[in-house]
Amino acid sequence: MTETAPDLDRLRGGAPPRNHDARTIAALTANPGCARRGVMDAAGVDKDAVARQLGFPAPYGQSQFAITRGNVFEQQVKADGCAELLTLLRDRLGLTVPEARYDDLEEVAGSESREMRHARTRRLLARALETGEGTLFDHPLLRLEIGGRAVYLEPDVIAFQLAGRFHVVEIKSFAVIDGQAEPEQVAAAARQSAVYVLALRRLVAELGHDPARVAHEVFLVCPENFTNRPTATPVDVRPQLAVVERQLARLTRVDEIVAALPADLTFAPGAALPESVRAVQARYAPECMASCEMAFFCRDEARACGATGALGRSVRDDLGGVDSIAMALALAEGTLEPAAELAETAAQLRTATRLRREALGGLH
Amino acid sequence: MSVLSSLARLEAAATGRAQPVATVRHCHLAGAPLVMIPLKLAGEAAAPLAVMLGRDRAEPALLVVPQPRNRDLRFAFAADLAKIVLEHIEASRGAAEALAPGKDGEERFRYTDAPQILLPNPGGVGFLARLGRSTRFRSTEGPYAVEPGVPALGRWLTWFADRHDHPGSSLLLTVTEALRLHWATGQSSLEDGNLAALMGWIDPPDGLDGAAAAARAEDPVVCPPAGPATDPTFDNEVLAPAIASYDETGHEQRVRTALEGQLAPTWDLMWRAVDLLRALPEGASVAKRWERDRDGFTWFHRNFDEGVPQPRRDTAVRAARRLHDLERAQDAYEAQRAFDDPLIMAEHRLNGQAFGGVVAGGDPARLDESGKRPKLRPHLLIATADPVRLDTGTAVCNAARPGLKGKIVDIGPDGVTVELTGGMGNRLTPAPGSVPELGDRVVFTSLTGGSFGPARFPDRESTPWTHGGPPPEYVPADEDAQEEWS
Amino acid sequence: MTLDALPPAEAAGRVVDAVLADLARDHRGVIVDSPPGAGKSTLVVRATAHLAAAGERMMIVAQTNEQVDDLIERIAAKHPDIEVGRLSASGYVPSERVLAAPSVKVAQKADDVAERPVVIATAAKWATLSEGSWPWAIVDEAYQMRSDMLLRIAGRFERALFVGDPGQLDPFSTVEVERWAGLSWDPMRSAVSVLLAHNPDLPVHRLPVSWRLPASAAPVVSRAFYPFTGFRAGTGPGDRRLEFGARGMGTAHDRALDEAAASGWALYELPARHTLRTDAEAVQATADLAVRLLQRGPVAHAEGGAAPVGPGRIAVGAAHRDQVAAIRDALGPDGAGITVDTANRLQGREYDVTVVLHPLSGRRDATAFHLEAGRLCVLASRHRHACVMVARAGIPELLDAHPSTEPVRLGVPVKFPDGWEANQSVLAHLAAHRVAAGS
Repeated sequence: MTETAPDLDRLRGGAPPRNHDARTIAALTANPGCARRGVMDAAGVDKDAVARQLGFPAPYGQSQFAITRGNVFEQQVKADGCAELLTLLRDRLGLTVPEARYDDLEEVAGSESREMRHARTRRLLARALETGEGTLFDHPLLRLEIGGRAVYLEPDVIAFQLAGRFHVVEIKSFAVIDGQAEPEQVAAAARQSAVYVLALRRLVAELGHDPARVAHEVFLVCPENFTNRPTATPVDVRPQLAVVERQLARLTRVDEIVAALPADLTFAPGAALPESVRAVQARYAPECMASCEMAFFCRDEARACGATGALGRSVRDDLGGVDSIAMALALAEGTLEPAAELAETAAQLRTATRLRREALGGLH
Repeated sequence: MSVLSSLARLEAAATGRAQPVATVRHCHLAGAPLVMIPLKLAGEAAAPLAVMLGRDRAEPALLVVPQPRNRDLRFAFAADLAKIVLEHIEASRGAAEALAPGKDGEERFRYTDAPQILLPNPGGVGFLARLGRSTRFRSTEGPYAVEPGVPALGRWLTWFADRHDHPGSSLLLTVTEALRLHWATGQSSLEDGNLAALMGWIDPPDGLDGAAAAARAEDPVVCPPAGPATDPTFDNEVLAPAIASYDETGHEQRVRTALEGQLAPTWDLMWRAVDLLRALPEGASVAKRWERDRDGFTWFHRNFDEGVPQPRRDTAVRAARRLHDLERAQDAYEAQRAFDDPLIMAEHRLNGQAFGGVVAGGDPARLDESGKRPKLRPHLLIATADPVRLDTGTAVCNAARPGLKGKIVDIGPDGVTVELTGGMGNRLTPAPGSVPELGDRVVFTSLTGGSFGPARFPDRESTPWTHGGPPPEYVPADEDAQEEWS
Repeated sequence: MTLDALPPAEAAGRVVDAVLADLARDHRGVIVDSPPGAGKSTLVVRATAHLAAAGERMMIVAQTNEQVDDLIERIAAKHPDIEVGRLSASGYVPSERVLAAPSVKVAQKADDVAERPVVIATAAKWATLSEGSWPWAIVDEAYQMRSDMLLRIAGRFERALFVGDPGQLDPFSTVEVERWAGLSWDPMRSAVSVLLAHNPDLPVHRLPVSWRLPASAAPVVSRAFYPFTGFRAGTGPGDRRLEFGARGMGTAHDRALDEAAASGWALYELPARHTLRTDAEAVQATADLAVRLLQRGPVAHAEGGAAPVGPGRIAVGAAHRDQVAAIRDALGPDGAGITVDTANRLQGREYDVTVVLHPLSGRRDATAFHLEAGRLCVLASRHRHACVMVARAGIPELLDAHPSTEPVRLGVPVKFPDGWEANQSVLAHLAAHRVAAGS
């Protein structure tokens, strides 16, 4: 694992590894079968920059209206030492929160370094674990090992301590209307929370305590209905935790892929970049467009070689795994004699072609 | 997805043009539908930004909220929208025709027509449902009074959105879903969600093929999104300054112009899509399903004045009833589509649940004399190359004339032998033309439509203990009416 | 002393006693979770007799006509003195085994069997009744029943015993609607989960011993599908044996069968390839293994003695109906009498040996349908002696590459076990019993 680290550095072409946050780590679970994404993520390559270099910028712009709304809501919930949040935890979830204390771990006097901030997070959490002191720890700077390299997580949550147990509190600005929210948005929030739960658990274990003191139940704080009033909903993130742990464990296995790559391969900007990227196989599916910065490049590549997968996972599945559109059509038309292992697929495609022609009659 | 529609996608990708996956139109298209393209403010649950709408393609109306965070402006918008939607409802319903009285002698009516709304995509339906949710509980009196049209709009939008869940209903259609029911493109279903890209494959502009037209459609500058979400770059570079200018000057023209520019291209696409759909011949069962839609509409319309806003969530009994209705509609819809359209029936043939071929033999005048009285039981040998996956003894019917029923008696190398059991008249010789003749092309299927009967449910007052007992009666509360909308 | 420390029969007996004792208490409902083959039907029969002896009238609810007839057969055999009324729809033709029981009266109208202490019907039939009330109901396969069905029949009874297997397939709907997500009375959820959501204090018992699954299978199934509520086998490692009359010829088929006979499991692995659902090679292998099994004259030795394994004691399972049709075709006359069905239809059934076409075989991508834990659980837990899985190589890679982006709905309880984990767990076990095709 550590032996691959120099290789991975080389892949970045000397650029510093990109910062991870819970969102980028959660994105690792979206398409784990993709070697290209796996290698780039493990090496901390700035995929957004690479995609731009390649002429396929990822269209993930954010509207300032959404950003403003998110910031306003978060500030409101956290105002006055998280007064609104505490009211919520007490009234809505019925928790008995004694006199509460709020620590913002983002502010370390005179120092901006992450090491310092992480040290402070460690210190305060250690004390909380020992003595039960402290209630809300805002912006804890946590660390997680990604592909054999420790990365700091941009802190975006509050760790909430109650009776010796920690809960992750995540503030999101999408609405919960009559108890329901957009399932995709909740899922994204749950995956991100799971990353924090995992990082917190690792820290708690490092401090010599039972990791189970970090609850798998996180509190999602969102605006309620059409108002700015926050509401808190408990979310069980055990499934997401299992997935994130699995994928992190898997990332360390990219050394096998890296070992098979050309020794001088690098994703540094330059004329050779497209070729370098293509040297690592992608597993493109249209779903990638929702989560991977490289998706538009990979889509273009998949379309250019006439891959059936570019039409969707279920299409390729219907074709019994035939990868090429041209080949599938040739089998369907009967112009290509199928190899033995494709005989069945070919027969079905020919029947489908006949039935389509028959039904379309004059139309076709 | 099925192999047949996947094959159509391959053909579309290879030819550069969308390929048909239906031979008839499976949805009703009103003579004058209300086309609506709503936009919402990014980051908000249901803050309307604008809607372009109308029944006449030459005269779209444009409603905008020049400062979407201003609550009074939102309600003014809702009142304006209510006016147009309620007018559309009244203009579309036609006369009330009297039907045969019900079992208990009660009078029954059905409007001869019903209002139809067309939206670009399912996201639009979700937005209208939320807009309905945020307006239907408003009160027309008291401290937060709104115009009477606002809660009425809320109830109607809620009703339309609910009907959209109903399989086969055409009261609220989305154009992307309607087009995808009839064409397969050379891109993925995810990408089909973009109306402009979808239309690019079905009806590309001169000189472009589907792929090129779709690629062009993905550029939000050329083809602004069909809503309800707006393009973030537009938000940041055009809309935000325009709203700021409204805040300063009180003139909304700049916001209007900006939003009109975003909506107009989709407006044209919507009507072009309507043209394409209208050009398809209507499926045989479409009128029957529209009749169900008219029934639903008639009931809601006639009971509107006495009714209260739909509750936030279904009660246990309501939920169970609704699920049953939906499953029943789904069952009927799937069967009807297959019987209406040989290309849908082809999917069942490919799955082995139907088979087609030429009548190659049999005994069209065969009598079964094993019982007390002889019965007309013709045998038909159908030579088929289809992969039949039915067992002998399975009941089947003729796809073209489902009244002609039979059962499979043999599946052999020469084909399938079907014994006809009904649909040939009451005599011992078949009614003329009822039994297919030698050389006729026929399709038989095990599919049956409408096998799903109505079901019995407890009254809500009798909700059993297993489901929490009877829920409290819903009374609209002041709290609902005063709910903030910020 | 904990149940685990007791001999199996005693441990199971204690649970049954506790269930029967609970029936006499004031609970409106009692729930019994029963893992595969843990004596669910036996419990239903005992509870029936128990209540009947106490002079209670009761209605019994099962989910299919087949299940109703199974229960009738068992009740009539064990308690011929209990008069049973069997309500049915108009199209129902009484099966031989129902006609053979003199204590059973078949009727379409409830009035015609009103005086009988036990009336039994499918849930669908019960839902057609608008009146009548029974002091007790026994609901069998309650986890297979959707909660909207429970809503429709719950007015007919005062109190009820719910029995079912939480590890099997969840009920499903032909429509996809999210509007009820998170509601405690979501009509798409199972009857038991809705019942418990509204009555959290009802006693829940768990039958601790599987009498069906052999010692080789109970721990595997328990670990994969019942991770928090495990169970054990009622028989020991040597208590069940599968022997063949004819010696194997050393072919891969025979070695797979020998492995299954020796260890209770075999994975017959075909070369990796992405295929259609009706993968001809896999279908043929599945059918050939079942036929070959029959040809070798298998004899099952169990606690009740030895008996030949005829075609009626062999089942072939698959995920999809078209696979089932293809396997039936491939079986031909040599496989006559062997049951071939989907996981949905095999629920609740029991055989000596099963041959299973693995739901993930030949796929490039898995869907939620194929990964559903309940599906594999049903397929892997029908057998008393041995289970042969047929699969193409490559399933671990498929699982490895599976994206995990399922939507999350607020208020919906997390379902365990996760299909991914369950599949991994079973595969890990099967790896040790692998026989490669053509080797």
